[in-house]
Amino acid sequence: MSSVPKLNKPQPRWLVFGLLALGLALLPFLVDAGLGRSWVRLLDLALLYVMLALGLNIVVGYAGLLDLGYVAFYALGAYVYAWLASPHFGLHLPFWAILPLGAALAGLFGVLLGTPTLRLRGDYLAIVTLGFGEIIRIFMNNLNAPVNLTNGPQGINLIDPVRLGEFSLSQPHALFGYTFTGVHLTYYLFLLLVLAVIFISMRLEDSRIGRAWVAIREDEIAAAATGINTRNLKLLAFAMGATFGGLAGGLFASFQGFISPESFNLMESIMILCMIVLGGMGHIPGVIFGAVVLTLLPEALRYTGDWQRTLFGQIYIDPADLRMLLFGVALVAVMLYRPAGMIPSARRRQEFADAKG
Amino acid sequence: MSALLSVSQLSVAYGGIQAVRELSLEVAPGEMTCLIGANGAGKTTTLKAISGLIAPQSGSVQFDGQALTRLPAHEVARRGLALVPEGRGVFPRMSVVENLMMGAYTRNDRAAISRDLDQVYALLPRLTERRAQMAGLLSGGEQQMLALGRAMMARPRLLLLDEPSMGLAPLMVQAVFDIIRQIAAGGVAVLLIEQNAHLALKTCARGYVLENGAVTLSGLSAELAANPAVRQAYLGE
Repeated sequence: MSSVPKLNKPQPRWLVFGLLALGLALLPFLVDAGLGRSWVRLLDLALLYVMLALGLNIVVGYAGLLDLGYVAFYALGAYVYAWLASPHFGLHLPFWAILPLGAALAGLFGVLLGTPTLRLRGDYLAIVTLGFGEIIRIFMNNLNAPVNLTNGPQGINLIDPVRLGEFSLSQPHALFGYTFTGVHLTYYLFLLLVLAVIFISMRLEDSRIGRAWVAIREDEIAAAATGINTRNLKLLAFAMGATFGGLAGGLFASFQGFISPESFNLMESIMILCMIVLGGMGHIPGVIFGAVVLTLLPEALRYTGDWQRTLFGQIYIDPADLRMLLFGVALVAVMLYRPAGMIPSARRRQEFADAKG
Repeated sequence: MSALLSVSQLSVAYGGIQAVRELSLEVAPGEMTCLIGANGAGKTTTLKAISGLIAPQSGSVQFDGQALTRLPAHEVARRGLALVPEGRGVFPRMSVVENLMMGAYTRNDRAAISRDLDQVYALLPRLTERRAQMAGLLSGGEQQMLALGRAMMARPRLLLLDEPSMGLAPLMVQAVFDIIRQIAAGGVAVLLIEQNAHLALKTCARGYVLENGAVTLSGLSAELAANPAVRQAYLGE
């Protein structure tokens, strides 16, 4: 389809790529030196959210299916990892076996959720998926009896870190004369997987499948009339999104070493959706930006107490309250001033221009 | 005459409401046929049932000797029926050329697709200059033309048109119908659904009159247009 002009086609330049790669490689050290070890940990977490947001972006951004239960797939991936690599069942399988397994199981559940919801759209689909997300969480919360599968609200502890032979990501390692701590190494592993997910997303967007998803989102009847198998493609969107969610879940379990149903509540689904909407739905750079900002901003706002002390000499508002207040204000401001998202795609910018005009 | 499309005893119901009852019609290869009727007579329902968007209660649809009954819409489309849905149904946030290329979604003969694209542009010069524009920004008539062009990109043998004149200015209606006539002159059969009976009977060789979900009259357009009952009910005399 060489005659088709592409929307949002980036013009790669080697210099920019090289600097970006160098920047990403050095980032954990710069952050460690400037802000401290805990921020490197947050960087790891931000990468996990990028993965989640890109996964949900396939469902919501590309295919236009509003999924409010996405966190269920994250939970499934995490629990599969915990079951197969912790003292809970006494199993300690290697990560390279569990991660694909968890991702595949999540993908299967994506199809299971997709099948009964094929005829639903918009609000109705949102309600059903929201219910699905809650069902999974409540199952995890209660499946400690009669057979103790999930250990209930106490969660599963002592989950194995990612480990290859004797090389574990939970311990520092000396390489090339530098000492890499666990969080630094985790950063590189997550970064590698995020790059893979970005690559897959880009390929999907620019494929027959990606174009069919856009067509379904725009007008499902017209899409079917052009010969698109809307049922299979919607299921594929659910499955692909869920697979990324499951992968991120497995990584989360290994990274934290502990999971409980509390980590997989509705708020989490909504946060991931916010990352997409605020960043720029259906647009990979926007989604990445949204995920990073929404992971780091609430953490940065923890320092509001310090800022008050330097500014006024004392604390007027409890930082814990002020933090969520400012976060809320920031979300509202973005939606007011950049309704199509912070970095919207040309298509989506158009959509909002239409709505105004 | 062996029909390209033959619908027999088709019945469709929404819940308890009978929308189409025992409808039979035929479209010959390369022929223009219209289905006229008032609002709510069941015209769109008939078209949706033929194109697989809704499942009929009973009856059968045959296309070129093959049964289409109960095939999903995308399978019907792959067999050479192209539907232009009511209200145009273009993809508003896709450019003109992206819309046209979606029409060729099921094909992978690149060289032929690019030739057909040139042909569609030749047929629709208004779209040529707007090929990079978003379809949603086109005028109603241009969107209707784009929908026709997209349908043609599938190389259909039968074009199903649902009210192409709806909501268009009279001059634009003329332009759109000129294009439909050109498409038909190229050998594509057309089943046209219209509320504008005058225009439909003038354009098509044969017609069916639909009332309350059932065919009440059929025949050559000239005969229908001369029929006093049709003249009174649909031609405003």
